[in-house]
Amino acid sequence: MSQFALFCRHVAFLAQKEMRSLVKDPRMRVQLVVPVLIMGFLFGYAANYNIEDIPYVAIDASHTAASTDFLAHVEGAPAFHCVAAPGNIDAAKDLLDTGEALAILTVPETFERQLAAGETAPVQVIADGRNPALAGMIERYIARIAADWSAAQSGRTPAITLETRTWYNPNQLSRWTFLPSFLAMIAFVQVMMLAGMSIAREREQGTFDQLLVTPLSKTAILIGKAIPPVAVGLFQAMCVFLIARFWFGVPFAGNFATLMLTLFLFMVSTTGVGLSISSISRNMQQVLVYLLVLMIPMVLLSGLVTPVRNMPAALQVATYADPLRFAIDAVRRIYLEGATLGEIAPDFLPMLGVAAVTMPLSGWLFRRRS
Amino acid sequence: MADVIAARSLTKVFPGKKGQPDTCALSGVTLAARAGEMTALIGPDGAGKTTFMRLVCGLMDRTAGELSVCGLDVFRTPQDVQDLLSYMPQKFGLYEDLTVAENLTLYADLHGVPAAVREERFTRLLHMTGLAAFTGRLAGNLSGGMKQKLGLACTLVRSPRLLLLDEPTVGVDPLSRRELWEILTQLVREEHLSVLVSTAYMEEAARCDRVYVLHCGQLLMGGTPEALRTAAAGLCYEVQAPPHLPLRLLQSALLTAPGVLDAVPAGGVVRFLTRRAPEELAPLRALGLQARPAEPRLEDGFMKLLKEAEAEGAAPPAEVETAAQGAAETLPLPPPASAAPALIEVEDLVKKFGAFTAVAHTSFSVHRGEVFGLLGPNGAGKTTTFRMLCGLLPATSGKLRVAGVDLRTARTQARANIGYVAQKFSLYANLTVYENLRFFGGAYGLYGRQLRERIAAVAEEFHLTDRMDEAAERLPGGYKQRLSMAAALIHAPGILFLDEPTSGIDPLARRTFWQEITRLAAGGTTIVITTHFMEEAEYCDRFMIQDHGKMLVLGSPAEIRARLGREGAPMDEVFIAIVEQARREKEGT
Repeated sequence: MSQFALFCRHVAFLAQKEMRSLVKDPRMRVQLVVPVLIMGFLFGYAANYNIEDIPYVAIDASHTAASTDFLAHVEGAPAFHCVAAPGNIDAAKDLLDTGEALAILTVPETFERQLAAGETAPVQVIADGRNPALAGMIERYIARIAADWSAAQSGRTPAITLETRTWYNPNQLSRWTFLPSFLAMIAFVQVMMLAGMSIAREREQGTFDQLLVTPLSKTAILIGKAIPPVAVGLFQAMCVFLIARFWFGVPFAGNFATLMLTLFLFMVSTTGVGLSISSISRNMQQVLVYLLVLMIPMVLLSGLVTPVRNMPAALQVATYADPLRFAIDAVRRIYLEGATLGEIAPDFLPMLGVAAVTMPLSGWLFRRRS
Repeated sequence: MADVIAARSLTKVFPGKKGQPDTCALSGVTLAARAGEMTALIGPDGAGKTTFMRLVCGLMDRTAGELSVCGLDVFRTPQDVQDLLSYMPQKFGLYEDLTVAENLTLYADLHGVPAAVREERFTRLLHMTGLAAFTGRLAGNLSGGMKQKLGLACTLVRSPRLLLLDEPTVGVDPLSRRELWEILTQLVREEHLSVLVSTAYMEEAARCDRVYVLHCGQLLMGGTPEALRTAAAGLCYEVQAPPHLPLRLLQSALLTAPGVLDAVPAGGVVRFLTRRAPEELAPLRALGLQARPAEPRLEDGFMKLLKEAEAEGAAPPAEVETAAQGAAETLPLPPPASAAPALIEVEDLVKKFGAFTAVAHTSFSVHRGEVFGLLGPNGAGKTTTFRMLCGLLPATSGKLRVAGVDLRTARTQARANIGYVAQKFSLYANLTVYENLRFFGGAYGLYGRQLRERIAAVAEEFHLTDRMDEAAERLPGGYKQRLSMAAALIHAPGILFLDEPTSGIDPLARRTFWQEITRLAAGGTTIVITTHFMEEAEYCDRFMIQDHGKMLVLGSPAEIRARLGREGAPMDEVFIAIVEQARREKEGT
């Protein structure tokens, strides 16, 4: 028991020391809070795939009642607004080139004639393919408007209609998916940095030897060193949570304790990776190189940008070593669908696995490296 | 002869930061350095040596006074002055990832040395510095002495009129130091170079033509080394210590005795400076010892000047004197250390890094209460041996036991018995003195009331009480070392490991430091210490000298001198003799 008490005191003294040297530096204090706030707001506002405003150019070659009616119908759709109505394609091209318009809608001369003859009347849509996702959405959107219009024209009801509902994010607001993932993301970057620097900095400044000759055990040093990054990570995740919930009003469907537990597990596994890097590096510069090499693939494999499902099979296997993937998945599900502890438990396993490997590994590495 | 540097009433004041008082680095210094001569600047830390050098280089502006180099006003035409001189700062900027040759080429490029003269110049410099065989080696892989020589070579890629060297031999062993000075002497002779050098080594100052003694920004004296030496004439004595009394105890007692200006162990005796009759001194009376007059050395003159300058500043408090007197009268006569049980046992210790043998088959033991020194040139393996003893490095083979256990594999409690002071300051720079002490106390298992008491005790012991809330990085050099000692001793360990604790500190501070060590040893703490200053071997009960990983000699200073047949010789000479003899033998076989 007294052994255990001594161990706890060791850990407490070390963690306290780490925390003190962290917050002592005014620049560090700024660095712990400001980037989180800036990026939280930035992601909330900027990372948006939704179409809220589509400037387009309409070329009405037909000049008939039918074409005017059709174009009015398009203009009436919420996101669309016509920026120009030139007589020919050349003037329209310039607007697309400069980005002033995202699409060109051309109603051909034969429009009304073909309709009257009961034929199918083609309408041309040229979309800006420099952003394929956006172009695709514009095309689908106009197709739906056109379908609505022709249904109204013919007076016939279509054979089937699709009634779509998107669950958990009914209006498909990309902010909703981004902000919760970001809870895990920002903490990930800073925790990796803090843990990565912790041992390397001591080694560079020569304080590590001083630490190694004390009776502090390997385990005590590791745990003591892991506590501050984990605490900082949780604090930052909290900042993003508050921004998401109260500034952007993304409703929180889940259980707060479950969310915290998930984030905590994630921080522990990330800290393990960071400390391992720190243990094998001779100086802080080396840590930075390792971090860059490791962090970019980890973000890519996490499924934050592209779905894991779309990756080649081998890469999909590799994602199991990426705690970020499961953290993002778990946090999204807790936040948006209100998943319970039991439901996201499978996500915990890979994270725990990474922590169970990297924590002892870093301990082993730093003894060997000294 | 023309003056190459002429300073008149030169004053430099650094404005204090945030409410702190201004610091006067130089006040009214008037001095002259002659062309074609070597001029030395000596003085304790913070005397203003570096500030003076930087002013000469035109790197900053003066507060008042005049300064000219080769007749040019430094402050009006700094660029013209810089074209005439080369400056080697204390920490010379070698590019550690470049080879020796690449470093030279880089500096030649920076100074715009024409390609035509380069080859000849490089060959000469490389030959002179003995680096010709190492042109392809990375600067980072050179030993300390070789780095300094390369730094000097880079400084000399062009032929300057004036060469400024700021403590060029700090942390360099006697052999390399001697070589460096031979290079300098040769340059002065052959190229008619003028040199201004600051140094902490008195024997180096003795090699110069003129010496200026600075103290707290003021010039105490300027003149030939001979004039400085004779300033202490008639004040120097030496005394033989009784058998079994470590020199350091007698020296320490003398140093604290009233009326004694300086005391230092040297050549198997204790030398001291006093204006009184030696018979009046309490420690000598108590032990019934007879002192005899001695020839003054440069260091004696220097110490006399410093002590007198300090005494003018502040009279020592009376209570310290009585305490010292009391200590002197009850001077303990400890049993010979070899009778005590061995606390550190090393048997056939080997350390290899790949194919390179850093430490080869070394055996020795250290007894309880002993002061044990590890000496050797740069790269001799003493740091490697030291790190293995502390448990920071695994041994390749051999037995190694500290207080009965191998610290490398020892349970954490065993490590609680040792204290460790690293070579460079290695506590947490941005934490305060108190926070550092608190952390290390906690790391050694102290807490609560016990921890508070120990913090208070070591703070008192090392005079840190007034500076508890200052960040460690803001402490002046001497205080940093005291803090390192305080942190290493917070848990009152039985063994204290010190890695080159005195490198880069001035003679005055070293006296104080060794007094501390003497006090600790007298209290029963075992001390293992590495040092570059050979004369510090005199403070040790026993020491060993390593070179190329091999142990060359082991014994007490008196034994080793007797073995070489060089009674009374300065330690530097003993050291060089031993290392050279060993190297000759190696070449012979």
